[in-house]
Amino acid sequence: MERRTFLTTAAIGAATAATGVSLPAMAQGKKAVIGVSIPSATHGFMGGLNWHAQDTIKRLKATYTNLEFVLATAGAVGKQVNDIEDMVATRNIDALVVLPFESEPLTSPVKAVKDAGKWVTVVDRGLSQAGIEDLYVAGDNTAFGRVSGEYFKANLKPGAKIVVLRGIPTTLDNERVEAFQAAIAGSGIEILDMQHGNWNRDKAFSVMQDYLSKHKQIDAVWAADDDMAIGVMEAIAQSGRQKEMWIVGGAGMKQIIKRVMDKDPQIPVDVSYPPALISTALEVTALNFVSATPVYGRFIIGSTLITAENAAQFYFPDSPF
Amino acid sequence: MSDIPRPDLTRADTVRADTAPPSLGSRLPGLSALGPLLALILLVALGAYLNENFLSAGNITNVLARSAFIGMIAVGMTFVITSGGLDLSVGSMAAFIAGVMILAMNALLPSMGVGVPLILAGMAIALGAGFLAGLGNGLLVTKARIEPFIVTLGTMGIFRSLVTWLADGGTISLDFGVRQLYRPVYYSGLFGVAWPILAFALVAIAGQVAMRHTRFGRYCEAIGSNDKVALYSAVNVERIRLMTYVLLGLLVGLATIMYVPRLGSASGSTGMLWELEAIAAVIIGGTALKGGYGRVWGTVIGVLILSLIDNILILADLVSPYLNGTIQGVIIVLAVVLQRSKSSSA
Repeated sequence: MERRTFLTTAAIGAATAATGVSLPAMAQGKKAVIGVSIPSATHGFMGGLNWHAQDTIKRLKATYTNLEFVLATAGAVGKQVNDIEDMVATRNIDALVVLPFESEPLTSPVKAVKDAGKWVTVVDRGLSQAGIEDLYVAGDNTAFGRVSGEYFKANLKPGAKIVVLRGIPTTLDNERVEAFQAAIAGSGIEILDMQHGNWNRDKAFSVMQDYLSKHKQIDAVWAADDDMAIGVMEAIAQSGRQKEMWIVGGAGMKQIIKRVMDKDPQIPVDVSYPPALISTALEVTALNFVSATPVYGRFIIGSTLITAENAAQFYFPDSPF
Repeated sequence: MSDIPRPDLTRADTVRADTAPPSLGSRLPGLSALGPLLALILLVALGAYLNENFLSAGNITNVLARSAFIGMIAVGMTFVITSGGLDLSVGSMAAFIAGVMILAMNALLPSMGVGVPLILAGMAIALGAGFLAGLGNGLLVTKARIEPFIVTLGTMGIFRSLVTWLADGGTISLDFGVRQLYRPVYYSGLFGVAWPILAFALVAIAGQVAMRHTRFGRYCEAIGSNDKVALYSAVNVERIRLMTYVLLGLLVGLATIMYVPRLGSASGSTGMLWELEAIAAVIIGGTALKGGYGRVWGTVIGVLILSLIDNILILADLVSPYLNGTIQGVIIVLAVVLQRSKSSSA
């Protein structure tokens, strides 16, 4: 496991510099520089995303010698804007792959990159103005809610009672929840409660404790996130009600995927929203510079149901997430 | 209540609000002190009225055990704030200590095996790390003479990023076997009272005694009130200040010992905003933010008020979950208003 993230990043930077210096003749013409700007690893999902970004960059550099990458991670919006400006000013990038921290404030800096004639790939969070990016790669939040809802509908009897944990109040969370509600509509399943667990284990733990003291009958829990599912599981274990209800999380955390693989009755399935979507963005962007493949447009990664049968293909034991 | 004639105390209370510590003679809590207690009683009554399960043993245990982490930290914070300091780093420090503790226990596992000695070693490491972290904060405040706000703002960022780095951006998880052995430290207890609640109660009682009946407590109030005068009165100001930070560090370590068995993991989002909850609890309880007067039992009430608001909002379904923060904010401000207005108008 690579623990020292910043050392690894530094090593990539150093390797880039070394290759650039020693092998100028080998490149077919000029080397293409791809700038990558993503939020830093402040929680599980972003941690996984950072790991996949570094992993993919390593592989792409080994495969295509005429590609160079500059990776910057930002802990705040302002820092991300600075990173992007620095990439254009000092590293002379040919393409930018960006996962915007927030849509509004990043729109004009990214537009400036586009206006300077660079290739722009936007990942997961759209900009607030349409038509800036050449390529848009994202997960499908509506499908995420719908796939979860369909599983509930198919596996619960009419009259069943469920509780829901929501994430941080955002449009993303609203899309998921609305799609979930639409998917279970008419099934006779009753949602007893919907509170925000902020995609956080501790918060989910205490919200679930309160659900358990409030409701005598709960048949299933839509935790909507794997971190929250872990907190929910502990709260249920504490109350000794493991046999009464099952839990569906979401994203694809390795511990949860492992349980699905092992056929844990408490976690029968998971719904994917893979942090590896950054790899898709990087690979496809790289194609633009190494081949004539047309790659502009939108690439939406579907959310699929992860079951014991297909869990192996979603299991990344080396990833921190 | 305001019609009870108490001329002397009224004056003492007015003075206290400005500069001086309260008259040492007053054993009974003054009128102002009852504000938070009143708020707590109202909350409990409201909770019982809104949901029949509110007063069930299970729910009470949940709320108290959840309060224990912030509670132990807030008791330590009471001493730091009373002596005129502040510590913003406690939430990140808890996350960092939890990370170090879990990694150390996982590393010791092959040599020590799953057993009580391993758990004890983990606990010792947590307390040691808490001691060192508190010592670091304290030395920077007293020896390097940097404002506590700045020192702990810095260490807050340092601890938070260190734990993210240790976790490689993900989550650090305790080995499954060790976890099963360690789990009862959060989930079981003595005579039906969970261990975290017992630990919190002991810390609170010891804190109350230390604040009211020991030299250390009196020195803290003297320093927070006026550190120059304290210095001229032969109080070793730097040493006492350093001790408050070390004490807080140790209590963060103790809180972590109780926290780790709960979920068996630590990540960059562990202990998020604990510092603000702890500070809010201290102030709700009647300790002066600018120092000079501390009330440990008030802090305990403050912590309980904060946890109860959360609990009631979920049990009752009163408002849209989007408004939970508003309700919390209003109650926090009200609890303080209740207390301040009594002290000035009585």
